[in-house]
Amino acid sequence: MLTFLARRLVGALLVCIVVTFIVFVIFIVVPGGDPAQRIAGKNATPQLIENIRHTWGFDKPFYDQYWVMLKKMFSGDLVSYTSQQNVVSQIVQGMPATFSLTIGAGIIWLFFGIVVGVVSAVKAGRTSDRLITVLALIGISMPVFWLGIVCRYYFAEGGVAFIFPDGEYVGLTQNPFQWFWHLFLPWIVLAVLFIGFYGRVLRGNILDTINEDYVRTAKAKGLPPRRILRKHVLRTSLIPVITLFGLDFASVLGGGAILTETVFDLHGVGQYAAQSINNFDLPPIMGVTMYGAFFITIFSVIVDLFYAYLDPRIRPT
Amino acid sequence: MAQRTESEFTLDTAAELAAGESAATIRGRSPWYLAWRRLRRNYFAFAALALFVLIVVVCILAPLYAHHVAHSGPNDEHVVGTVSVHGHPQDIVSQGGNISTKTGKPCAFGETTCKLVPSIPIGPQWGAAGGKYVLGADVLGRDIAVRLLYGGRNSLLVGIGSSAICVFFAVLLALAAGYFGGWIDFAITRFFDLFYAFPVVLLGIALGSALAINGFHHFGINVESGSLWIPLLVISYVLIPYVGRPLRGQVLSLREKEFVEASISQGASPVRVMFSELLPNITSSVLVFFTLIIANNIVLEAALSFLGAGVQDPTPSWGKLIAQGQQLIVTRPALALAPGISIVLTVLALNIFGDGLRDALDPRAKVRVEH
Repeated sequence: MLTFLARRLVGALLVCIVVTFIVFVIFIVVPGGDPAQRIAGKNATPQLIENIRHTWGFDKPFYDQYWVMLKKMFSGDLVSYTSQQNVVSQIVQGMPATFSLTIGAGIIWLFFGIVVGVVSAVKAGRTSDRLITVLALIGISMPVFWLGIVCRYYFAEGGVAFIFPDGEYVGLTQNPFQWFWHLFLPWIVLAVLFIGFYGRVLRGNILDTINEDYVRTAKAKGLPPRRILRKHVLRTSLIPVITLFGLDFASVLGGGAILTETVFDLHGVGQYAAQSINNFDLPPIMGVTMYGAFFITIFSVIVDLFYAYLDPRIRPT
Repeated sequence: MAQRTESEFTLDTAAELAAGESAATIRGRSPWYLAWRRLRRNYFAFAALALFVLIVVVCILAPLYAHHVAHSGPNDEHVVGTVSVHGHPQDIVSQGGNISTKTGKPCAFGETTCKLVPSIPIGPQWGAAGGKYVLGADVLGRDIAVRLLYGGRNSLLVGIGSSAICVFFAVLLALAAGYFGGWIDFAITRFFDLFYAFPVVLLGIALGSALAINGFHHFGINVESGSLWIPLLVISYVLIPYVGRPLRGQVLSLREKEFVEASISQGASPVRVMFSELLPNITSSVLVFFTLIIANNIVLEAALSFLGAGVQDPTPSWGKLIAQGQQLIVTRPALALAPGISIVLTVLALNIFGDGLRDALDPRAKVRVEH
């Protein structure tokens, strides 16, 4: 067990480093973004650019530059090219918004995803199942940023009403009520896609499990249907959904909510990444990718452990 | 045939029954024919396919619409100019000012919910302007209906093209990994794992915006910066692992089957085993993946273009149109609504059809429980 954990954690660290290396190569190989020019500003003399190139180390070979960047990232003094702000502190600043968004939306999508899945599986083939299936498909088919723009316009900018505040994030400790109210629309918008998706996956799994022998046995023993559903069917059917949840949750936490954050101006980590990419600012992108890869790999280890706990047949050796 | 009771059935009953029927009635059917028959009965999936084909055809006919109905190309700007609405000339782009966010009209005195808008384009005219500006114009006076159709062409092209490329490489990698195993499998699965650790959108915009500046000029490949090839290739690239990983699993289990062993023992070359033994057995999955990946890629293209890392100005695409429409959403919501609804309809049609296709190709999928 411990060796399994250790092996996975080392693997996770390796993946993080390789991922940052790929990002680095993407931005170094691709021409056009001379960072010295960016730091110097528009009216820089060639001498100034040359000086900057030297002091920042852009004249060194690229593996040297990568090594320096990696060292700076771990010691926490990586600095943006354009705004010259500390990358780590910027990411830390964005984390409350991203975490609030992800955790709230995660609870919503897991809860409603399970409700949708169970209801449509229990009613499989009936009209209510068809209706839910179509609604879930519509949810999956909507681009999240478009849904965000439309919801923001209709419910926060006066298209229909001014029910919700117009974007921005308010800290939980600052004003819990405003925090909730500001995040309500983003939560719903982000959750819609996942609700549809999880509902469909769970429906399929439940319909698969219902045909298993042990469920028939439980029925034959005369257990009440609700109990069979809860104790026998759901326990197995939920495993893949929980796996999905772990991975999706990590990816949203790790900057995957770029679109929702941008549309609602939440100033989270995702929006920071989007802005940095638009400015062609390498260090923040490296930082955010590392941060994202960290969550994704850690959560995949957690999911594996959880899996082993739920299903004894797949205990790691 | 005489009615039999249950006790009369023996091991030979099936053969006896078969002998009783004429040979013509129990003709063998290929699995493809059976799948087609199942699909044919699914009217819902068929309606979805029809809707998708309709959208594709309408978008292909965009130049006809631009030339004969709207009399304006997708990038023709009409900042100064008028259009005749019911015989009265009207500015295509009028002066902006403080606009009430409640009514969309100029701000009344003392109103608090105002927004400064630089200029206001003409709104949806439907039929009033004789086919011009059916859905209105944007800030530069470009006809939105024309741009919507041309944008659809680009979005569909990127969506379908990237899916084709993505599925092609995913199949090759999956076949190689599953057939050869060993270190080839190891290398390919590590490659897949690595890209799982990236959020897709993050990798997509990193690649897309990096390439958007100067294009790509390496290894003898030259792609200009505004080219549609950039979003197309970026999207196909980032999704390869998501198709490749499940396919590799299938190939891996097929690899252990007797027919593969038989083929190898008869001296078939690896290429032959891969393409004429393994590939036909995963074709149905590949088809389903292809359909569903198109839907996914259309949304991804829209997201990248929305963030400025996909299709570049002035080329229209549905995502680009939403991004441009967002700035005018208070005065002209149609600009953002129309492309969004187009995406939803297209993607919904593809998803429904993809589901139907999967049910038809894999009757064992118990998702299709009927009461």
